[in-house]
Amino acid sequence: MKKLSLKGRDWKSILSQNKPVIVLLILIVAMSIMNDRFLTWSNALTVLRQTSINAVIATGLTFAILIGGIDLSVGSVLAICGAVSAKMVASGMNIFLVILLTLMLGLGMGMVNGLFISKGRLQPFIATLGTMTLLRGFTLVYTQGKPISIFGSETSAVYSKIGTGYFLGIPIPVYIMLFVFVIAYYILRHMKIGRYTYALGSNEEATMYSGIKTDNVKIFVYGISGFLSALAGIIVTSRLGSAQPTAGSGYELDAIAAVVIGGTSMAGGIGTIFGTAIGALIIGILNNALNLLQVSSYYQGVAKGIVILIAVLLDRKQRTSR
Amino acid sequence: MDEKIVSMKNIVKEFSGVRVLDNVDFNIYKGKIMALVGENGAGKSTLMKILTGVYLKTSGDIYLEGKEVNFTTTKESQDMGVAIIHQELNLVQDLSISENIFLGREPVGKSGKIKWKQLYDESKQWLDKLGLNESPKELVKNLSVGKQQLIEIAKALSLNAKVIIMDEPTGALTISETEKLFEVVNELRSQGHSIVYISHRLNEIFQICDYVTVLRDGTLVGEKTIDELDEDKIIEMMVGRKLSEQYPRVNTILGHTVLEVKNLSNKFVKDISFELKEGEILGVAGLVGAGRTEMARSIYGVYPLDKGEILMKGKPVVIKSPKDAIKEGIAYVSEDRKSNGIVLGLNIVENVTLASLDQYVGKIGKINKSEEEKSTDSYVKSMSIKAAGTKQLLKFLSGGNQQKVALAKNLNTNPKILILDEPTRGVDVGAKKEIYELINKYKESGMSILMISSEIPEILGISDRVMVMHEGMVTGTLDIKNADQEKIMSLAVGKEVS
Repeated sequence: MKKLSLKGRDWKSILSQNKPVIVLLILIVAMSIMNDRFLTWSNALTVLRQTSINAVIATGLTFAILIGGIDLSVGSVLAICGAVSAKMVASGMNIFLVILLTLMLGLGMGMVNGLFISKGRLQPFIATLGTMTLLRGFTLVYTQGKPISIFGSETSAVYSKIGTGYFLGIPIPVYIMLFVFVIAYYILRHMKIGRYTYALGSNEEATMYSGIKTDNVKIFVYGISGFLSALAGIIVTSRLGSAQPTAGSGYELDAIAAVVIGGTSMAGGIGTIFGTAIGALIIGILNNALNLLQVSSYYQGVAKGIVILIAVLLDRKQRTSR
Repeated sequence: MDEKIVSMKNIVKEFSGVRVLDNVDFNIYKGKIMALVGENGAGKSTLMKILTGVYLKTSGDIYLEGKEVNFTTTKESQDMGVAIIHQELNLVQDLSISENIFLGREPVGKSGKIKWKQLYDESKQWLDKLGLNESPKELVKNLSVGKQQLIEIAKALSLNAKVIIMDEPTGALTISETEKLFEVVNELRSQGHSIVYISHRLNEIFQICDYVTVLRDGTLVGEKTIDELDEDKIIEMMVGRKLSEQYPRVNTILGHTVLEVKNLSNKFVKDISFELKEGEILGVAGLVGAGRTEMARSIYGVYPLDKGEILMKGKPVVIKSPKDAIKEGIAYVSEDRKSNGIVLGLNIVENVTLASLDQYVGKIGKINKSEEEKSTDSYVKSMSIKAAGTKQLLKFLSGGNQQKVALAKNLNTNPKILILDEPTRGVDVGAKKEIYELINKYKESGMSILMISSEIPEILGISDRVMVMHEGMVTGTLDIKNADQEKIMSLAVGKEVS
């Protein structure tokens, strides 16, 4: 019965419920016409690789925004985790240990955000603004303001493959991104904690009354955001061959844009990983397109802002009319 | 016959083809109070919204003092002397009394500066007229709900209202505030104002109204003078059947004591003790603010206890959160469905299993969706929940169906004790009866039920015992055989009953 009704839906109604997909298609078609270097295999791989970092961060942020929160600290977590991992790599530590410790560090920092927000009852915006500033400062102290190179040990070569390597002709970060999407989708759709994420974002009080420890859900959600920021930190550091003290500055904005363009409500409770994936692709293609078209960097911000507003407005109109 | 000030004739209103008012006639008499009663959804508010220009009528005529009128905005109706006071008051909490009374029409000088002295003086006159001795500079948020209601009346009077419509004015008032309101309303009547009084509380209607108009399903059932009626007759007109059929009572043999509450105290309640047996319905009566909801939520682990003990089957249990309560077999169906009973953004399945998701997950936390679906289907069938499907979001269901989902969510935790807090609030009479029948079914299956209700007939109708609360304390417990409306009311206001 249910499957029948799904089949019965025509492609028009599917598209009208996925406005971001339309924006994405329009963008791709328009760019293919305007620039013949756009629709090539190598450029597609470049876009995907560039998108991967924002996409990984945005996936974590989707959880935070789904519970009606926000995580501004993602860029700073990325930077400090990147720096710590670079130092560990340079010291010759085992590659798996480096990755594990870096991810745990990110997870821990995210969970601290979650603790401030749940037990400390801070507004998510304020709490993560605080940790964003704090961790950025801490990164500068830790790196003494200078890049930390990942080279100088046996581990370096393997580590640098994470961001620069290919498997079957496709960049490794693209695999990481897809893997993160699949796991996040599975958690949100099929796991208990995913159900609680939506419930909490839609009605916190009713969720608490249903016998759910909402504090634990919040700590988990911010933990995921920190964990994925650390993962993005590893990709960035590996790709550049060094940890920059200012790495990840402003990344929270592109990530929020991707989540919101993907149709996730800032009020919480509504949104999907599929949407965020589309949102991240839109941002990625836009960045790529503006470069290919040699738009001056002054105008790039203007163009990006306009596209973000159009995408969100389209989505908003559709929702109020329903 | 009294003189008509407003006469609405053959009013029809359709919303996208659905007729919600069908040829309704409605009169308001000069210097009289007209009660407008009917179930939820009978069309009372729609009719009043047409009179005050919020909605446009589909057809029909409205006459005000003999002249045909057709208000298209509330401003127009206000200017012609028709004012409405909504159930949810329209006051700006952070402004003063006088700023609220004159909001949007403040007396100003040439430069646009507000003439504060004139504002305060005029406000003071209106306050005096209503017997309020608050300073006109007092902020509205510092006033009780009862006084805020009077400020709304002052505002209406300052607009030269000839007709004042009051929608459920006593819903949130205490007894003394209600009495004060009635004094004011009586005074307004003697000054020649005409009033429409919308209320579910029939006893109030007999206290102050002169006429009664009853609506049912968008049609006029009748207009009568108050002397022609009694409560049973009004209810019969409202629901179209006799009152005795409304409360289906079942008698079960009570089992062992399941729940014992001993000397429960915290910042909301004092020294609450009671017992609940298998298959028993204990009704909890009291006025708004008596601490009934707070008591229930304290047992359910929402509010911490300062003192006291909770025993399940004779063994003391520690309940520090709803999670603990559910584990001990206590379920709580909230009075405030939308804020803490259900999740509007989730669908029926997700709501039904929200409090019992552990039953459906495997080792790694994966939800077994077909099992979820199965459980939900059985509730949808047994409770006759009306929806397009189990994947429908809760926000698209009617109040009665939302309440059934809230009930299903709690039942799915397999409770031994079911706490129902105002289980039929905002639910229309037909669905009410269905809910009573469900409650009886659980009672027969041996569940113990604590039912908080502000509707005394409902408590008398289905409980085995009645516990009455006043100011956070239990003032008495009555066996149903000795309980009646009067005894409950006197206990509710804190009087001793012999």
